[in-house]
Amino acid sequence: MIHFNDVTITYPEAPAPALSNVDLTIEEGELALLVGRTGCGKSTLLRAVNGLVPHFTGGLLTGAVTVDGRDTRTHPPRELADIVGMVPQDPMSGFVTDTVEEELAYGMEALGIAPQTMRRRVEDILDLLGLAEIRDRSILSLSGGQRQRTAIGSVLTTNPSVLVLDEPTSALDPGAAEEVLAAIQRLVFDLGLTVLMAEHRLERVVQYADRLVVIENDGAVVHGEPALLLASAPVAPPVVELGRRIGLNPLPLSVRDARRATAAIRRELAPQSSADAPGQNSPTSLAQSRQDHQRPVGTVKHLSVLYGKFAAVADLSTEIRPGEIVALMGRNGAGKSTLLNTLVGLRKADLGSVTVGPDNEDPFGMPGSELLNRVGLVPQEAGDMLYAQTVADECAAADRDARTAPGTVRALLERFAPGIDDNTHPRDLSEGQRLCLVLAIVLSAQPPLLLLDEPTRGLDYPGKRNFTAVLQQLAEDGHGIVMATHDVELVASTATRVLIVADGELVADGPTAEVVVSSPMFAPQISKVLRPTSLLTVDQAVAAIDLVQAR
Amino acid sequence: MANRLPRYLHPGAWWLWALGLAAAASKTTNPLLLGLILAVAALVVAARKPDAPWSRSFSFFLKLGLVVIAIRVVFQVLLGNPIGSNVLFTLPTVPLPDWMAALRLGGQLTLESLLLAICDGFRLAVLLACVGAANSLASPSRLLKAMPAALYEVGVAIVVAMTFAPQLVADLSRVRQARRLRGRADKGIKGAAGAAMPVFEGALDRAITLASAMDSRGYGRTGQVPIGVRRVTVLLVIGGLLGVCIGLFGLLSTSQLSPLAFPLLAAGLLAAIGGMWLGGRRSIRTRYRSDPWRLPEWGVMGTGIAAAAGVIATGIVDPAALTMSVTPLQWPQLPLVATVGILLAALPALVAPELPAPAQVRRRGGSRAGAPVERMAAAG
Repeated sequence: MIHFNDVTITYPEAPAPALSNVDLTIEEGELALLVGRTGCGKSTLLRAVNGLVPHFTGGLLTGAVTVDGRDTRTHPPRELADIVGMVPQDPMSGFVTDTVEEELAYGMEALGIAPQTMRRRVEDILDLLGLAEIRDRSILSLSGGQRQRTAIGSVLTTNPSVLVLDEPTSALDPGAAEEVLAAIQRLVFDLGLTVLMAEHRLERVVQYADRLVVIENDGAVVHGEPALLLASAPVAPPVVELGRRIGLNPLPLSVRDARRATAAIRRELAPQSSADAPGQNSPTSLAQSRQDHQRPVGTVKHLSVLYGKFAAVADLSTEIRPGEIVALMGRNGAGKSTLLNTLVGLRKADLGSVTVGPDNEDPFGMPGSELLNRVGLVPQEAGDMLYAQTVADECAAADRDARTAPGTVRALLERFAPGIDDNTHPRDLSEGQRLCLVLAIVLSAQPPLLLLDEPTRGLDYPGKRNFTAVLQQLAEDGHGIVMATHDVELVASTATRVLIVADGELVADGPTAEVVVSSPMFAPQISKVLRPTSLLTVDQAVAAIDLVQAR
Repeated sequence: MANRLPRYLHPGAWWLWALGLAAAASKTTNPLLLGLILAVAALVVAARKPDAPWSRSFSFFLKLGLVVIAIRVVFQVLLGNPIGSNVLFTLPTVPLPDWMAALRLGGQLTLESLLLAICDGFRLAVLLACVGAANSLASPSRLLKAMPAALYEVGVAIVVAMTFAPQLVADLSRVRQARRLRGRADKGIKGAAGAAMPVFEGALDRAITLASAMDSRGYGRTGQVPIGVRRVTVLLVIGGLLGVCIGLFGLLSTSQLSPLAFPLLAAGLLAAIGGMWLGGRRSIRTRYRSDPWRLPEWGVMGTGIAAAAGVIATGIVDPAALTMSVTPLQWPQLPLVATVGILLAALPALVAPELPAPAQVRRRGGSRAGAPVERMAAAG
């Protein structure tokens, strides 16, 4: 269906090709998963499928890309619109109209499809993707999962045979991600659609993939069976990693496979781990006992934040102590960002109180320069905080803002992400490097309380591992950290405490192991595989299994 | 009778109806007729206004009208030349240099000039109310959908701008918050200037993404058209619209009806419609659920035209009946033809198709066949 024949793509003024000598064939009806580090050319490859590269972006493409027999050299993207459905990374940025139903019809109108056919197809797609209930709704009012499904629906109405998706679940909470993945799976199984999809969150999608396409750092492409490729790939979701480390064969790709393969091990593990009650001597509880008698760096007392009559946060109380890493979890729109914004003084507490810093001050209305050394927030769009033309300028400006010794921020950046060139434009940094730069800026004034909003959204596995290490260092230095996140694996490996919010209310607050193990939505893969033990990460699991087997 | 089913009327019909009323209002300063037009517009809005954010604009336009009247009166008090003899009060006159002799600041205010100013302001306010009525009766997005194919690109640009604006506002507040997080000014001129660049960059980025998304969804596929036909199209559309403008000007501006106005208007309309039809042929686009133009649409449009025609006809036969007479000061007349015409325009409140029930009511107890397939793959 999709053929790349010795394709090399070079952007204008780029020193090296973005992709080199790609030979790739994706058969009809396959679900192919595209993986690789950030900035390695995944989007370039995806956008080459319908000719956006190079027709739209410019650049030089040698070799040939053909889709269903049509060569992208002779067919610009609009002439491929009836066979390739392209869903952009941020669905909002691709919407043209303002309601769901009209968005679904837009592509068909452009192709000149007869009104009766349009009407029928819109109804079909509404049902297929579960959008019928929200057909009249304004696109701005939709949740993340609904937006993503609308974006998929809007390209499906033209009856394409290929669907191309760029990170369809990265920005979604676990529930919404499942919604979208279930829809995609249904398209592959019931309609025989060919799907090519890029995704960082391997743990969410790898079990559905028929083919894995890995882009190496030098722009070369390897592809094949997921189980075969993952056996030696440098990155793998936790369930695969577990399989590799305890030598399961065939390698499990899903929780279900892994559970079936580990039945015997689990039987041995169960009595042993129930003997040592959850987290008796885990680092979590050690940290906990150390923290209990320290003064909190942030306090929330009976906080309510209202938008009109809607309570984004309702009567929420908690404390953050130095050295803690608190994960704030919950659906999109549950009030996580509002809570963080209130803690950093961007929103007023309508009822109750929020205090930060050593003197328990209200952050709202505090001048920015004073706020800096009490609490810092890394916002969801980290790039919003970068204004300068080079990394060096940005660091120098941050030193002045925080009135610290020149070079402080640069030194912090070097610690988090070594080897960044001073003259790089902040926009050209990789997602992980940019996050580290913002983190360094925020930490320049040494705020005791550090808040992070969805920090790992665009990070690949190595980037995430590095970021996890940085977080743990900061906690050891005595920062209290709160991060709002959907990333259950990140929570399992770093958080000491988990808060779950729903509709603005606090529904769970406790040590990570206790809270996430009991939740089907927020449990990490390892915990799902080795239920009912309270093991959360691959390292813990391997250690426990080794212990049992040594006995 | 498909015509009687509850449905949204074609937005063009509402706009033509409202423009008819506006044309009627623009020809008269008679407060009775103006009040009648306002009442008719308000009645129809109350009866046929859908429940949507954009349909709440009528009251906004009414308030705007009040402001216009107030401004008109203030100007009359400060600058106007007095007419008549019933002096209400006298303001101190500010002496002005000789070369501004035509102007006068302060001085006497007469009842007559005050009444004239109020009526004149009232006319502008009623014009605004007519626009407001159209705004709240007809969905702007449906109106854009109903644009002729030749103007499709313009329509898309407007739609995109309308969705861009709220996102730009959201971006701006986000970036200002981020500035605060870095300990910088987030308010005042300095804050706004610092936020402008990132917001601008973001908007540009988004525009490029949108363009690529539209391209990959087939935007801009066109049929082949010879160059000659394209030139004729442009000529017809622009020439026709010019003709329409001049014709309308002749019809509405002077108190004496220009004999050329009607033919020019008709010819201009024909040329513009012809041009748009020709231009529409090069586009291969089709319309999804386009609003039909049926009998009720003709009727609603007709009642609007009736109001305009009634007032214009009165203006030919008895021009004095359309103006507020202040010298001598008289109670305004109520000319029969104009009154009947305007009252006809209230008919849509009764006979236009009723509005469909809101979505929640419509689907209560409906099938849940559309329930998402989620949770099937809970393994993730």
